[in-house]
Amino acid sequence: MDKRRRVVITGMGVVAPNGSNLEAFEEAIKAGKSGIAHYPELAELNFKSQIGGKPHVTEEEKQEKLPSFIANKVKKNGVIFACLAGLEAWNDAGLEINPGAYNHKTGMIIGSGALGLDTPINEQINMIDAGNHRRLGSRSVPESMSSGAGAYLNSILGLTGRVLTNSSACITGSEAILQGYEQIRYGKMERMVCGSTEGDGKYIWAGFDAMRILCSDSNDNPTFGSRPMSSTSSGFVPSGGAGVMILESLEAAEARGAKIYAEIIGGDVNSGGQQNGGTMTAQNPDAVVECIRRSLETAEINANQIDLISGHLTSTKGDPFEIKNWVDALELPRDKFPLVNTPKSMIGHCVAGAGSIETIACALQLSGGFVHPNINLDEVHPDITSLVNEEKLPKQLVKKELDIIIKANFGFGDLNCCLVLKRFNK
Amino acid sequence: MNREEIKVELLKIIDPYIDEKEVTTSISEQSDLINDLNINSAHLVDIVLDIEEKFDIMIEDDFISKMDTVGNSLDIIEEKLQG
Repeated sequence: MDKRRRVVITGMGVVAPNGSNLEAFEEAIKAGKSGIAHYPELAELNFKSQIGGKPHVTEEEKQEKLPSFIANKVKKNGVIFACLAGLEAWNDAGLEINPGAYNHKTGMIIGSGALGLDTPINEQINMIDAGNHRRLGSRSVPESMSSGAGAYLNSILGLTGRVLTNSSACITGSEAILQGYEQIRYGKMERMVCGSTEGDGKYIWAGFDAMRILCSDSNDNPTFGSRPMSSTSSGFVPSGGAGVMILESLEAAEARGAKIYAEIIGGDVNSGGQQNGGTMTAQNPDAVVECIRRSLETAEINANQIDLISGHLTSTKGDPFEIKNWVDALELPRDKFPLVNTPKSMIGHCVAGAGSIETIACALQLSGGFVHPNINLDEVHPDITSLVNEEKLPKQLVKKELDIIIKANFGFGDLNCCLVLKRFNK
Repeated sequence: MNREEIKVELLKIIDPYIDEKEVTTSISEQSDLINDLNINSAHLVDIVLDIEEKFDIMIEDDFISKMDTVGNSLDIIEEKLQG
C-alpha cells in the first residue's frame, strides 16, 4: 500500500521588496511593480552597484503584528522579516496562536542566509573591538545564529514537532519547502511551517559587489537593473525578504476545512559536485538536468504537462545557460515548451529568501489563474531566442488557468533544487 | 530623581520584555521580574544594560542576581545614582 501523503499549501506569508504582505505582493507581481531602489549610502561607500531591494516594513506594522519584545528589541532585519511572514502564513492558514496547542506532528523549517552579517552587525563588532562586549546583551547570539529566525518565530508559535533550519545559499528557500514537504510526504510530520529569510543592506551586499557579479549599470535607473534573460543582463540586483508557507497533509487540511492554494507533488535537490563545469559559483549543467528530471519523476508527470517554469534566472550572463539546461532536461519541441518567468525582474535576488518568496509567487499563480510578467525584457538574449520562442517569455500579465508549475533555484556551492507544484484538484 | 520617578522610568524599560501585558496592571515593588512578570531570565542582562544607559550608571555583574524584584532593582539604581 502506498503510504505517501498528499501535501498541500494552506497558508502563505511574505515580506518582499515590492510588497510587505501577501495581498500587496500578489498585486505587485500582477502589475509588474518593481521594488528596486537606489541607496545613496552605497554610493558614498564606493559600491559599484548602488541599487537593491529592501522590503518596506514600517514601524507601525512591526508594532501592530509582532510581540512587543520582537518589535522593540530584535534588530536583525532577517529575523523581523521571518517573524512577519511566518505569522502572516500561520494566520492565513486559519491556525491559532496558542503555544503547545499543536502536537508533535507540527514542525518548522526556516532557512536563513547571512543573518550574521545582517544590519546592525556593525554596532556589535564595534562594541567587541572597543573592549565592551558585555554590552552585546542577550540577543547577539540568537539574532545571528543560522537557526535564529526560526527560533524567534517559534518563540511566538510554540511548536513542538521537528524544528529545523537549513542554509544553502540561493536554494535555501526552495530546499526548506522541499524538506518540509518530504517530512509530511513520508509521514514524519502532519504540518510544517516552511520558508526562508534574508536581511538586507551593505554588510551582506558588499561581498557580492566585491565579486563584480552585481548590476552596476543602472544606478540612475534602478528599476531597470534586474532584467533576467535580457541581452543586456549585467549582474544580479541584491535584495532581502522572507517567505513562509504552511504545508499540511491533505488529510490534516481537510479535517479542519482549510483553504488550499495548491499541491506540492514532487521535487529534488542535488549538487553538481563542483565538477564538469560546476564551480563554487556556476552550475554543473548535467546535475541541473538531472535535478529537473528527477523532480518530474518524483512528481510522476511528463515534461509536456508543465505549463510554467519559474526559473532561477538572476539577470546575469548565466541566464542563457540556465535556459539551455531547461531545454535539455525537458526535451520538448519549441511550440510545446512551457512559459518561463521569474519574479526577480521585480524583486531582485533575495538570496536565501529567494526560493520561498518565488515559490509563493508560483502558488499564487496556480490558485489565481495568472502568469506574472517578466519586466525589463524588451530585448531577449539571442542565445535564449535561439532555444525558446519569444512568446514563451511573457512580458505582460497573462490570465490563464495553470495546472503544473516547476520551480527551480540554483545556488553557490553548485547546489540545485526543484519543486513541482500543481493546481489543487480533489 | 526620587524613587517614584525612577520607578516610572524602570517600568518603561521593562515593558517591552513583558509578553503578557495583563500583568502590567498589577506591578508593585514586590513584583518578581521572572516569577510574577514572566520575564525571560536571559533578558535580565538586557534590562540591566537598558538601565545603565538610561541612568548613566554601571551595574556590575554581582548586582544582577540581586535585582529580582522591582523594589530591589530600585534600591540598586538609587544606590548607584548616589554613587
